[in-house]
Amino acid sequence: MRHLMRPLDFSVEELNALFDLAKDIEFNRAKYAHACDGKILATCFYEPSTRTRLSFESAMLSLGGQVLGFASASSSSAAKGESVSDTIRTVSCFADICAMRHPKEGAPMVAAAKSKIPVINAGDGGHQHPTQTLTDLLTIRSLKGRLDNFTIGFCGDLKFGRTVHSLIHALVRYENINFVFISPDELKVPDYIIDELKEHNIPYEEVISLEEHIGELDLLYMTRVQRERFFNEEDYVRLKDFYILDKKKMEKAKEDMLVLHPLPRVNEISVEIDDDPRAVYFDQVQYGKYVRMALILTLLDIKVD
Amino acid sequence: MLNVGKIDEGFVLDHIPAGMSLDIYKYLHLDKLDCTVAIIKNAKSNKLGKKDILKVECSVDVLDLDVLAVLNQGITVNVIKDSVIVEKKALELPKQIRGVIKCKNPRCITSIEQELPHIFTLTDTDKKVYRCIYCEEKFNGKWS
Repeated sequence: MRHLMRPLDFSVEELNALFDLAKDIEFNRAKYAHACDGKILATCFYEPSTRTRLSFESAMLSLGGQVLGFASASSSSAAKGESVSDTIRTVSCFADICAMRHPKEGAPMVAAAKSKIPVINAGDGGHQHPTQTLTDLLTIRSLKGRLDNFTIGFCGDLKFGRTVHSLIHALVRYENINFVFISPDELKVPDYIIDELKEHNIPYEEVISLEEHIGELDLLYMTRVQRERFFNEEDYVRLKDFYILDKKKMEKAKEDMLVLHPLPRVNEISVEIDDDPRAVYFDQVQYGKYVRMALILTLLDIKVD
Repeated sequence: MLNVGKIDEGFVLDHIPAGMSLDIYKYLHLDKLDCTVAIIKNAKSNKLGKKDILKVECSVDVLDLDVLAVLNQGITVNVIKDSVIVEKKALELPKQIRGVIKCKNPRCITSIEQELPHIFTLTDTDKKVYRCIYCEEKFNGKWS
């Protein structure tokens, strides 16, 4: 039995197989419509989420399976003080696979250690968010045609942004990727990620200005400054509008640069660029569903001919 | 001059930087052992100026001393049997530290689930970097 805790849980070859499956699902929806008949997905979400939870649920329903679960800690036994280990032991009796989001880092790993069913980390605090990474990788592969040889800029909250951390971890395995980290000093990439890049001699820059560096990029990954990651409201207010991507900045970008964003967006991307063909953040959402369908099939070891 | 007698079987931890012996007492969980422990503070040392020494009279299999390497690799460990030094033990960085240091990340699952063991793994031997197995936060060198 396999779980998915981190993007690196799958080898590059396994990821390629997963993305090939996701592509096949995209173009042959009917073929997979009953692949998970009789199977149940539990969505155990200890903190609010719209996109990820609905994406998982939509993915399972589109495979013919069913879903159950909870959408906040207050509506689960966690409110009574139940441990993650005990909850997953219970959920294991009711479902065939579980997607878990938890505000505390490492919680899905604790669950996986005690679970009788595959557990998917659907985001744990500021730590990892592997299915968003799979989504991002599939989006890049589908729209750029490759996962190597490009310069990618990450902009915004690079300290607490788990989608950023996970995507960096995944991209270091591909050839010739240059990283440009664009953030205020307070929200820089954590040192353990910088250590890892240094260790592998992977080129990176840490800069403050988006405007000065947008022209170098093949991909721009924007992030939201997340209120829920701050202990101090004052710091949040000071940093939330540090970067706003608008038409003026986009004029300096390459014609084939793609703008990705894990969503939800607040105001870091102006709505005026939503119709720019380079803005692909809503395509990402669609790819997210396909890759979660492929992931569910893979972890449940279901083959469709 | 203070004299502390020889021990028949156990360990003598020498060259402990002055002031660190009580930390070591705590991290080795010596308080839980029913044996004789001598803590010598601020002894004269040619090498360090001042040093602490710990003498622990117990079976040599009882203690896992590798955790000392995380604290200070200059500490020397003499293994005593029948009142003589039978081994000068070299300290190696343990691959994993379990239940000794605590994760200080307030976002870590260990911050709310008290029964979970605090486990750190060695991720960079050269830089002596240990990370929490749950949240991957780096151990910051502060033991308490």
